Amino acid sequence: MTQLEARGLSKRFGERVAVSDVSFSLGTGEVLAIIGPNGAGKTTLLSMLAGSLVPTAGELHLPPARAIGWVPQQSAVYSKLSVAENLRLFAKLERVADPDAAVAAMLEQTGLRTRAGDEVGSLSGGNRQRVNIAIGLIADPAVLLLDEPSSALDPRQRARLWEFINARVAGGTSVAFATHDIAEAERYAGQLLVLADGELLFAGPPEDLGAAEHEHDLERAFVHFLTERGH
Amino acid sequence: MTALRPLLGKDLRILRRSPALVALLIIYPIAIAILIGLALSSSPALPRVAFLNEIPPSQATIQLGSETIKTTRYEKELFQAIQPVRVASVAQAIEDVRNGTTIAALIIPPALPEQLASASQTAYVKVIYNGNAVNQSLVEQAIESKLAQANALLAAQLSKVADSYINLLLTGGRLNFLGASYQILGLVKAREMLAAIAAHLPASSPTRREIVQVEGFAQVAVSHLGGSKSVIGAVAAPIAVQQETLSGRRTPLNNYAVAVAVSVSLMFVCILLASGMLALEREEGTLGRLRRGLVSAGLLLSEKALLAALVGLAVSFAMLAGIGLFVPLGWGRVALWLAAMAAGGIAFATLGVAMGALVRDVRAASLLALFVSLPLVFLALVPQATVSAGLFEVIRIVSAVFPFKAALEALDAAINQSQPSLLEALGHLAALIAGFGAIARLALRP
Repeated sequence: MTQLEARGLSKRFGERVAVSDVSFSLGTGEVLAIIGPNGAGKTTLLSMLAGSLVPTAGELHLPPARAIGWVPQQSAVYSKLSVAENLRLFAKLERVADPDAAVAAMLEQTGLRTRAGDEVGSLSGGNRQRVNIAIGLIADPAVLLLDEPSSALDPRQRARLWEFINARVAGGTSVAFATHDIAEAERYAGQLLVLADGELLFAGPPEDLGAAEHEHDLERAFVHFLTERGH
Repeated sequence: MTALRPLLGKDLRILRRSPALVALLIIYPIAIAILIGLALSSSPALPRVAFLNEIPPSQATIQLGSETIKTTRYEKELFQAIQPVRVASVAQAIEDVRNGTTIAALIIPPALPEQLASASQTAYVKVIYNGNAVNQSLVEQAIESKLAQANALLAAQLSKVADSYINLLLTGGRLNFLGASYQILGLVKAREMLAAIAAHLPASSPTRREIVQVEGFAQVAVSHLGGSKSVIGAVAAPIAVQQETLSGRRTPLNNYAVAVAVSVSLMFVCILLASGMLALEREEGTLGRLRRGLVSAGLLLSEKALLAALVGLAVSFAMLAGIGLFVPLGWGRVALWLAAMAAGGIAFATLGVAMGALVRDVRAASLLALFVSLPLVFLALVPQATVSAGLFEVIRIVSAVFPFKAALEALDAAINQSQPSLLEALGHLAALIAGFGAIARLALRP
């Protein structure tokens, strides 16, 4: 079942075209990776899916805003509030039926229970990112959008994050994430979008990109693919 | 609207955890209230001026006709405007000015009584300054106003003396001069006597003709001297001021200063807090998270404006209550104060959220708030007569499109019942709230 569908999605900032005519869909329990060089339009595309940006053109079919979990690239949390206060605030804003139970569950799942009373400003970058992700998941969304979720995490935290996300995917959550880590995309995503200069250059399973470029190594195939197209 | 409570609670919690800001919000109104209260309730310090009176005590009283003038009386008048430091010589007076003990020296020369008594030459007092333009202006203002009063009093006295001499010439009487006493006939009686003598002379007598001519002159002299009394009275006070206020009630300067101080404080608290709290959402990255369907732009802006206005209201009311300990305020109008402060606070806060929506971080928001607010205060306080008509029109328009002037007028009307009316000022503020609210919404568009 399709959870999210984009048709001819475009976004302009003045004269600059950030995303141009992008179409794709995301089914229930699917994981989609969006890759591309810096400035490709990955964050802009995810922001439009999250509802933070309004598309200039195109159609978007989305579940209601509260059914979408959004984890932006820069942690979007209140530094002066504690971990639990941040989670409780967003649980209330997301109109979660039992905010306290949701906060307790999320603290447990993200391993932040012992830091619940600490101000977020006093946490390490990795722990801040865990709070950032926990807020995105607090309402148990049907679709989870993550913008470079593992960039601030060490390998152990990264593995734990994906273990956590995969458990959600197994429960039917659809995930779209942007990343610069091609190995991460290959390992966790069933579908791949390759963007460059706002244009969608490839949409399909990661192995299809390797096959198209006659490369077993996806990262090398990706670089070759972009170079061939002048990026 | 269900999001309003958690958002307000969150912002209050963030405020509470910023100890420097909380301390500032508590200390600021108390400190300003005490400062303004003390400044308005205590007398201004008088300029220290070296004072040398060289008039010998035996000549301190001047006799002008029947009027006696004591120079010490004018000394007392002058000492209401300056703090005199008595010195023994001109050299000491100059030395005091040079070394900064006093900011000027005032010397009454020994010839002053003689000059005054002669009434034919101008009497002089001497003032020595230290070259500092501000000090000179301060002493000039203090001394000149008192000298003007002394001159007016002297002119009145001299007028009375002249009046008594004219009366003596007209109606006659006794004149005491240089210790001797003389009987003066007076023009009225002289004319009557001449008329009686002429009546006894033959009509064709040349002596009668001459006496009649002299009698006619006496008649003219009596008429004109009588008229000259009113002329001398007018010269003593050539221009008098009749005061009239065209509309409304004139606000005493002290009470107007209270309205200005409270408006400025309300403005700073509301604009800085509203712009800072909204910019903080952007700086923390939470604005995008809130705006993706969790909270509408209108609700988010209203929450920030409400928070800033509430804090501003509490701070400015505390300040006004503090000032009320020093300056008498009409506590019966407290509901109107609150209405004016609430409307002003919301207008300032709406301007603040518009600024906060336009910038990317708290520092930029604070700088923008200061850069915009300070000139607005100065512009709103520019008196009409001090700039050209065209420039004042520009100032009037600029002041009208920002909330400071309207908030000041609302507070002045609430505290001092001044014009324009509170209702008019509240209407102006409501229009500005709508305008800046629309700008803020536009700036927050995703």
